[in-house]
This record gives sequence, structure tokens and C-alpha cells, in this order.
Amino acid sequence: MPHALVVAEITEDGKVKKATLAAITFAQKALPAVGGAFSILVLGGAARSAAAELTSFGAQKVLVCEDPTLAHYTAEHYAPTVAEVGKSFALLVATATSQGKDLMPRVAARLDAGFAGDCSDVLVEGTALRYKRPMYAGNVFGTVELTTPVQVATARQSEFDAAAPSGGSSPVEAVAKVAPGAAAARVDYVSLEAVKSERPELTEARVVVSGGRAIKEQFFQVLEPLAQALGAAIGASRAAVDAGYAPGDYQVGQTGKIVAPELYVAIGISGAIQHIAGMKSSKVIVAINKDADAPIFQIADYGLVADLFQAVPALTAELKKRKG
Amino acid sequence: MKVLVPLKRVADPDNANKIKIAASNVAVDSTGLEWKTNPFDEYALEAALRLTENGKAPKQRLGEVIVVTLGPKECEQTLRSALATGADRAIRVDATDDALDGRLVALALKSLVLAEKPDVVLLGKQAVDGDSNQVGQRLAELLDWPMATFAATIREEAGALLVSREVDGGVGTLRVRLPAVVTVDLRIVSPTSVYSAHTDAAHRYAEGVRFAPLPAIMAAKKKPLDTKTLAELAPGAALSTKTLKFEKPPARSAGVRVKDVTELVDKLMNVSKVL
Ligand SMILES: Cc1cc2nc3c(=O)[nH]c(=O)nc-3n(C[C@H](O)[C@H](O)[C@H](O)COP(=O)(O)OP(=O)(O)OC[C@H]3O[C@@H](n4cnc5c(N)ncnc54)[C@H](O)[C@@H]3O)c2cc1C
Ligand SMILES: Nc1ncnc2c1ncn2[C@@H]1O[C@H](COP(=O)(O)O)[C@@H](O)[C@H]1O
Repeated sequence: MPHALVVAEITEDGKVKKATLAAITFAQKALPAVGGAFSILVLGGAARSAAAELTSFGAQKVLVCEDPTLAHYTAEHYAPTVAEVGKSFALLVATATSQGKDLMPRVAARLDAGFAGDCSDVLVEGTALRYKRPMYAGNVFGTVELTTPVQVATARQSEFDAAAPSGGSSPVEAVAKVAPGAAAARVDYVSLEAVKSERPELTEARVVVSGGRAIKEQFFQVLEPLAQALGAAIGASRAAVDAGYAPGDYQVGQTGKIVAPELYVAIGISGAIQHIAGMKSSKVIVAINKDADAPIFQIADYGLVADLFQAVPALTAELKKRKG
Repeated sequence: MKVLVPLKRVADPDNANKIKIAASNVAVDSTGLEWKTNPFDEYALEAALRLTENGKAPKQRLGEVIVVTLGPKECEQTLRSALATGADRAIRVDATDDALDGRLVALALKSLVLAEKPDVVLLGKQAVDGDSNQVGQRLAELLDWPMATFAATIREEAGALLVSREVDGGVGTLRVRLPAVVTVDLRIVSPTSVYSAHTDAAHRYAEGVRFAPLPAIMAAKKKPLDTKTLAELAPGAALSTKTLKFEKPPARSAGVRVKDVTELVDKLMNVSKVL
């Protein structure tokens, strides 16, 4: 019976990344079309300990491939095993993180499968799946059908609730690593320089404070205190990242991180469509900009026309005062 | 170094909010919008040019850049602009957009790669119309080549590329031995992002992509542009992705202006209740 396979994402020390829980929700939604059950595949150098964390989500099986050559993620080493395990499933899904975006199309090609990336929804029509995907920087949504027997998708994390453990205990089963092809011998993992931050994860935060080009070198000096007062994650526009004020993985937008927090505060950000594409599903949007005509105000619930260098410290102080 | 750069033309991405849905619901209507080269593909072209020159003396070509597009005759304009910018020759694969999906594009590119034998295929990380982000990864798999997606910097080494990538949580670095597939991210056109083996590490490029001077635009008309058909490159292949329906997302409207931070905090606490 073809079912759904969730490809989990874990840290190098064997912890499940929260992003995985969006893919589980996606798979659960798709179940009526694919035979009623899903399994989870975990790969990595420390996959066994992560697998233990995944046994309470109602999966038929948790499949584990633990191998030292998988300790650092590379698509060339992961794709052959994912495809081998996945070929007997109707649907393979991961979350559209940078790893999911890298890996899953490669897996799809290996299976000659259709691919629907960064889906905002999955719909069941009888035994068929329909994938809803944002296109044109989120200005159009397409409902897509894939015609291949095996289908591969990634889920946009901000559009799927994190699956909650449902109790029970899925059996854990080891799978062998499939010998990779020539490609794997020609790629070396060199390093991963992690950006350290005390702040919550951008894609998981309840509040996000984002800064634009206007904040210049004082980026963190201006935003940190406000983010602290709000318990917020910090994001940035492309222009702020390009100028070197913030690291690359702070970028919010069509081609950066997609966020949908309860509260998004855009500071000195003009509101280009590529930026809006990454934050317009936020529940409440606040914009602070000195230009009353800035496009960001067209989508902001609350707009404050002000100089950010005055408004942000004042806002920080006001929040501290109210919270006592 | 021989580099193949696939380019796609897209409806002007800065006006994507003006795109309409055709009455049938099964097509996107971009009338009135200009066609542009997918920005990421312009960046890939810039990176390819940097990899095939000495940054100090860019007039002398030290490699070859072949640009290719899959699309109708009008897309030759996209190729001519790339030739004017500095690409050496061009190939158009005759096809209409509605007869293409990521799988077919990758299959056709694979055939071209086997014929042209480039050292590197440099692509955009995504086409900003479909935002699909799959062709480069698929192509790498079809060729059984290593890949480095979302490249922010590229350094040429002997027989390899050292590529730093923008990934969740930081910057990951991979070394891919040639031939390889690389897809590029926004920062690849920064002044110190791409160095060929010929360019001094102290060289700084101008920010962004280079523009074609007028004489180059004239000269580009004489550069070779071949045409192939989708049927010869991907015989018998059919679409695996069909868009059944397009729709506009619910509009978000402007809210209210607040006069100061006190009013803002009041609203957030008492009206929206998000604090
Ligand atoms: C292919 C492609 C992909 C892209 N992807 C993304 C993406 O993912 N994310 C993204 O953000 N962008 C993206 N962009 C870039 C986008 O088009 C804009 O260029 C960018 O978002 C602008 O950033 P900004 O708002 O910080 O800068 P600007 O547009 O320069 O705006 C600065 C704003 O600050 C205001 N300001 C100036 N001084 C002050 C002050 N003292 N107080 C208050 N306000 C002030 C100004 O009024 C202005 O509105 C992409 C572009 C392309 C071509
Ligand atoms: N029709 C096309 N012609 C040439 N290149 C394309 C075409 N479609 C996609 N590509 C290339 O593949 C990259 C990724 O596109 P996509 O996977 O569709 O988002 C683009 O940035 C282009 O480099």
C-alpha cells in the first residue's frame, strides 16, 4: 500500500529540528489520498537518538539510517537512500528549509517524480493530491497536480502547524545506507559557520522585528533592545543583508525566510514585493518608516511615520514601562 | 573553464503584484508587464563571466560562457542581452512555457550538457515566476554530478570550486570537483564573491551585474545563436506538473496610522492583543 514518507531533518548531534513537524502535518493532511498511513525517515550520523523523539507522532514506522558518512548533510550522500526508501511510497515530503529545498528536488529527479516545492497547502481529491503553491512572490497561488506515481513535495513551514505528539509508539526500523553514485565522491563538506544568536529562531518566533537598509551599521544596536523587550527574533531586508548589516540567514522574503508570526515589526523597510512575500501572512504587521508613502504601509495594520532612530528607542522604553 | 548558463525570461518581477488571473482561472495574465531575465539568472551569468576572466582585464575571455534558454522565439531577446553582456554563444531550445516544467527543463539541459561538456552549469536558484527552485538540483542528479545550491561565493581551485552557501543558521561551505552544478543566491554579485583562477584575490568587482555597452549590443547580433527543439533533447517526455487553477491570495489592506509609540503600544495591547 503506497503511503506517505516524511523526510525528517535533524541536527548533527541527533535532535529533531522543529521544522520537521510541519512536514508531518502535511503528510497527515495528505493521508486520505495515499492509503492512510505515513512513515518517517531519519538520516544522519546520530539518527537513532533523533528517531526516538519521533515515535510518538502516529507514524506506521520510523525508519533510521545512521551512518558516519551522513554526519554532515550533503544531498549527494542523502538522496540515494531517500530515493531507495521512498520509491515504494506515493508521497515524499520534507519541510522547505534550506536542506529540504536542496535535497528533495534531487530525490525527485532520482525517482523521475514530479516535484511541488514550498507548498502552502495540500488538498485531497479522492485518491489524488493537489498542491497549493505560492508563485510570483506570493502574488498568485497555483493549485498543481503531479502526474507521476511517486510525488515529491516540500511544505512551507509557516503554513503548517507543528504536529503534536499523539502518543503511541511507532516501531523503529533500521535501513541501510545506499551506496551513493559518482557525485558523492566529488563533493566535500568543508565547514558550517553557524551564526550564533540569543534570539529565538526566525521561523518559529511569535514576534519578529525586522530592519532595513535605513538602520545602517547600528542594526543590532537599534534592534536588539526592542527584540529583547518583545521576546522577538530579528530579521532583515535583503538590502540590509547585502550591505553587511545582518547575516544572510536573517533575510525575510520571497527568496529568504518565510515568516508568519503573531506580530511583525518592519523598521526602515520600504516594502518591496520580494520582502512582503516573506511576511504578509503575519497576523499583525507594524511598520515604522519616515516616508509616509512607503509601500509597506499598504499592508501594515499599524503604521507609524517617524524616524526610526527616535521611534525604536521610544518604543522599547514604552514597552519596558508597561511591562513594569 | 567552460560554463553553461540557463536563463529564463520572466514577467517583470518588480511588478508581479500587477499580475492578473485570466478569466478561465487556468492562466496567468501578465499583459502590460515587461519581460525580463530572471534576476537570479542574470546573477548566474555575472558569476560565469567572472569565472572566465581575469577581473583586472575582463576584455580578454579566458573561457567560454554558453547561455541557453528554453522558450519561444521572442526569448532570443533574452539571449541577445546575455551575449551583449559578455556571453560567448547562445542556444535556444524551442518550447512554449506551458509545455515545460522543472523536470522537462532539467531533462533537456542534461542532453545539452552531454553534448557541450561544460565544466560547470551555473543556474539561478529559482525562477521568480514559478518560484519553483528545482531545476539545478534535478540536473545535478540526472548527470550524477555534485552540486552546490544557493551559492553566495565561489572560488576556483585546481579542478574544483569552493562554494559558500547561505543556509539556515549560517554559512555552509562545500568543495565540488568539476564538472559540477552550482545554483546562485543574491549575494553572488557582491564585489568579492567570485574569483576565477586568473583573478587576483585582492581584486574587487563593482557591486551587482555588469551592463552591456552600446557597441557590445551591436556586436552581440553577430555572436552565434543556435536553435534546437525540445523533442530532440527530451524525446517523448511529457509534463509531470499541471497547474489546474490560479488564484489571487486574499488581499491585505492598510490599517491605521498611529501618531506615536504610546498609541502603537495601546493598539497592540488592547485592540490586537498581541502583547
Ligand atoms: C531576485 C530578487 C530577490 C529579492 N529577494 C528579497 C527578499 O527575499 N527579501 C527582501 O527583503 N528583499 C528582496 N529583494 C530586494 C527588494 O527588491 C528590495 O530591494 C529590498 O527589500 C529593499 O530593502 P529595504 O526596504 O531595506 O531598503 P530600501 O528600499 O532602500 O528602503 C529603506 C526604507 O527606509 C526608510 N528610511 C530611511 N531612513 C529612515 C529613518 N531614519 N527612519 C525610518 N525610516 C527610514 C525609507 O523611507 C525606505 O522606505 C529581492 C530582489 C530581487 C531582485
Ligand atoms: N525555461 C527555462 N530556460 C532556461 N533556464 C531555465 C528555464 N527554467 C528554469 N531555468 C533555470 O533553472 C533555474 C531554476 O528554475 P526553477 O527550478 O524553475 O525555479 C533558473 O534560475 C534558470 O537558471
